[in-house]
Amino acid sequence: MKADTNEQALLKGLANNDSKAIETIYRDNFNTIQAFILNNNGSYDDARDIFQEAMIALYEKAQSESFVLTCQIKTYVYSICRRLWLKRLQQLGRYSNQVDSLEETIPVEEDLENHEKRNAAFAIMDRAMNSLGEPCKSLLEGYYLKKMGMQELAREFGYTNADNAKNQKYKCLMRLKKLFFTQYNIGE
Amino acid sequence: MDDILLLEAIERYLSGDMSAEERTYFETLRKNTPEIDQMVVEHNMFLHQMDMYSAHRNLKHGLHEAHQHLLDRGDINEGGAISTRGKVIQLWNKYKRVTAIAASVGGVIALFISGLVMYFAPSVNGNQLQQLSNDIAVIKKNQQVQGNLINEVKSKLPEGVRFVSGGSGFLIDPKGFIITNAHVLKGSGAIVVNNKGKEFNADIVHIDQEKDLAILKITDKEFIQRKSLPYGIRKTASDLGEEIYTLGYPRNEIVYGMGYLSARSGFDGDSLSYQLQMSANPGNSGAPVLNKNGEIIGVLSTRQSSAEGVVFAVKSRNIFRLVDAFRKTDTAEKIKLPSKSTLKGTQRKQQIAEVEECVFYVKAFAK
Repeated sequence: MKADTNEQALLKGLANNDSKAIETIYRDNFNTIQAFILNNNGSYDDARDIFQEAMIALYEKAQSESFVLTCQIKTYVYSICRRLWLKRLQQLGRYSNQVDSLEETIPVEEDLENHEKRNAAFAIMDRAMNSLGEPCKSLLEGYYLKKMGMQELAREFGYTNADNAKNQKYKCLMRLKKLFFTQYNIGE
Repeated sequence: MDDILLLEAIERYLSGDMSAEERTYFETLRKNTPEIDQMVVEHNMFLHQMDMYSAHRNLKHGLHEAHQHLLDRGDINEGGAISTRGKVIQLWNKYKRVTAIAASVGGVIALFISGLVMYFAPSVNGNQLQQLSNDIAVIKKNQQVQGNLINEVKSKLPEGVRFVSGGSGFLIDPKGFIITNAHVLKGSGAIVVNNKGKEFNADIVHIDQEKDLAILKITDKEFIQRKSLPYGIRKTASDLGEEIYTLGYPRNEIVYGMGYLSARSGFDGDSLSYQLQMSANPGNSGAPVLNKNGEIIGVLSTRQSSAEGVVFAVKSRNIFRLVDAFRKTDTAEKIKLPSKSTLKGTQRKQQIAEVEECVFYVKAFAK
């Protein structure tokens, strides 16, 4: 039971973006995944990409309220990575004749689907953000991502007062929302 | 400006910054104006998306940092050989104290062992050296001494003798002094044959087994002395990669071969010789090795039996030493070594034509 509570704590930490928890999970699982990828026609970079993708999927799962992990973190991460890597190999037209499946795996297709949907949304947001241009991008990042106050932002960006900054922010936000929702709704 | 205020209100409403009074007012506003209601819903969704996006970005950053950190610590390994370094550091972090104790104990043991090794080392080394020299002796045999065993006997030979070996040799003095390998001269005497198949009697005047060189002198009256020799003998060392060629008698006819100087020392670091890359066969022993300027840089002697095309040649410097030694033992005969090559800048074919006349087939016989 101790291991289980331990893992629960780790997942909680991960959900809260706690660097110590991230590092612990990372350390405990990365080498297995790296070995798996390397043994199956992948490179070190592939291993890192895939593993971090799996970590994000785990994070998303840990964040959802209905979350119950029915298996060990190790098994979950391995299952995700295996699925992701097989998919990647297929996309690249590379072929691996011996994707070893000695490890226990669990079905993760549904989780991955959700993860991919989210990833798509993030990609849209990323693109929208990047096509805004400066200073809109930094202004919005400052307000919505870094949660800076309007006064602070006005000072940083050199607006004469917070109202001007607010005005500018509003215009930027409208543009961003437009960019985001057109893309997002096409995706839907 | 109204829109800005409205948006601000929505944001405040969504983040729960409104006072109770404001909140009730805003909620009634929402109920009564569907447009505002729609805006709130949409903005809520957007803000949620933004938050997720932000968290996602932070996580990515965190993961990247964790990766870098673990990589630095050696807990994970990327690229290069997968070493045990990571493991070692991990273990080190875990068992620092135990390791410290173990290390001190280990230190004492190490000292003790190194003491033992020091004590035993000289004798062990001596043994190894002994073995090595044995090995060299064995290997020398393996190196296929390129003396040909010859069965046929003809003319100039004294009656009742048999050929024991053959090789090549070349003139170092127009008066008839020939250099060959000591190992070619296995028997008690030798005759030499020139490139036209003519045989001459020769005496063995000096042998140096260590350098594996020997001097013959043609004593035959039929031998017509040349005015000079076309090639020179190089006194200084030759360069790695220098293109070289040789002329010798692996068969009854003279054979040309070329290659390059591949190492400054010979078999197992033997500093008396060079390593060459060329093909050579039994019978090439004693043949001159020339560079493109027509200077003799060595005397072909052995080849490595375990490798293809690895041939060794005694450095030309040793010819000078040999002749010096010979001068001390025999003051009557004066050998004058050719120092200057007249072949420099001439074409290879012409060089061969001239050198060919000075290279002899050496046949050793025993009674």
